[in-house]
Amino acid sequence: MSDPNTLKHSPLEAAHIACGARMVEFGGWSMPVQYSGIIDEHKAVRSASGMFDISHMGEVTVSGPGALVWLESLLTNRVGKLALSRGQYSLMLDEGGGVIDDLILYRSGEQEYFLVINAACRDIDLAWMRGRLPADGSVVLNDLGDAYAAIALQGPDSERILRALAAGCEVPKRNRIASLPGFEGEVPSLVARTGYTGEDGFELFVPVAKGEALWNVLLDSGVKPCGLGCRDTLRLEMGYPLNGSDLSRERTPLEAGLGKFVSLDDPEKPVFTGRPVLESQRAKGLPAQLTPLKLTVQGPPLRSHYPVLSEGSVVGETCSGALSPSLGEGIAMAYLPAVLSTPGTSLEIEVRGRRYAAIVATLPFYKKPAA
Amino acid sequence: MNVPADLRYAKTHEWIRLEGDTITVGITDHAQAELTDIVYAEPPKVGAEVKAGATAAVVESVKAASDIYSPLSGTVTEVNSELSGNPALLNTDPFGQGWIYKMKASNSSEIEALLTPEAYTAQIS
Repeated sequence: MSDPNTLKHSPLEAAHIACGARMVEFGGWSMPVQYSGIIDEHKAVRSASGMFDISHMGEVTVSGPGALVWLESLLTNRVGKLALSRGQYSLMLDEGGGVIDDLILYRSGEQEYFLVINAACRDIDLAWMRGRLPADGSVVLNDLGDAYAAIALQGPDSERILRALAAGCEVPKRNRIASLPGFEGEVPSLVARTGYTGEDGFELFVPVAKGEALWNVLLDSGVKPCGLGCRDTLRLEMGYPLNGSDLSRERTPLEAGLGKFVSLDDPEKPVFTGRPVLESQRAKGLPAQLTPLKLTVQGPPLRSHYPVLSEGSVVGETCSGALSPSLGEGIAMAYLPAVLSTPGTSLEIEVRGRRYAAIVATLPFYKKPAA
Repeated sequence: MNVPADLRYAKTHEWIRLEGDTITVGITDHAQAELTDIVYAEPPKVGAEVKAGATAAVVESVKAASDIYSPLSGTVTEVNSELSGNPALLNTDPFGQGWIYKMKASNSSEIEALLTPEAYTAQIS
């Protein structure tokens, strides 16, 4: 992993230590993997509320008269359909159609967009974007990654907690962004109703100097500190991909099952980087498909790089895997030939030389019980 | 951390208990705390030959799989069948109900090479 001397530290690190965090290296950052325990934290988010430090993620603003056209050329989803304050999930591809990063983009102003990018991809994304800025100055890119502390408040109690936290705060609807009063500073404080857990929740972006105050007020509201460990099990139960595990430069978003975030059929979506490869894949058929798998027998927790077999032959390997804390079952994602990706298909997953029966499942793995 | 005085310890955080010529093997309180929530245990098979310092079992937390090394060489005579249904016993009672396997040692001089409770306490403190 990375050299410990170059590890980056979250502005909330002291708060994590005070909460009893176990710190690990992730994407070049020292981050909390757990506090009270991954299963306990996972269940808190599913049943009440939890908070995650997401300060390692990058924040970038793109503005100017050329911002919309330029973003359309870089991203797969049609940016032009975003009304003010709305957000969308999108992907930035290389010329081969491979995924550089997946991100969320909000239209934060008439000609301004607020992008949230992955921690491990910050430098790569910024270099990619800066290398493609128009020479006429019509697009201004601002890296605000070090100016923001960010906390994801997730779980069914999130709205009640947010309302109590910022009285009079405009509580945004799903996939929208609003300003967050009470945490003013060098950069605007923002609250977006998004997340990576499958629960209702918010991502709160505040100036670095206000991060610890926000963390502590949430802690005082009874929100459970949650680490990267349960962030991974929560997102995997929903089938949300993780860049670096499920997404890479070797795979296109169509192979990853993210076609609905790729505006290939929208006549108003201009050409974007990687589009010709996606069109050709669609015409010829996908070489592989990211497929949800579930063990049908008691077995060990699934992890990445376990062989997947069909009729005794290896047909792929797992890219993400876990023992689902909500379901008590082994779940995983694997790129498999399209003929083997139909739900119900019988397969095997090999762990330490032993094969365990599995089937192709449907997403999400975890469905919320009816209220 | 609990380090019972009547056991011997391996540097790799396993313990043994001697009762007649039967040796019980498990992981220490320190090990279970480091591993966090244990959700799966794969003990050796009865009759398996194990070697001192070689992998004999695997325990898994949500986050990681960890090899458990046999403190001694010999033959496995019994495994803890409770662990398959309740692997959390490794967290809640590592020196008792969370034992992993029993064995007969083939070279009892290996026992002398294991750590005393005092030496193991010094290692983890």
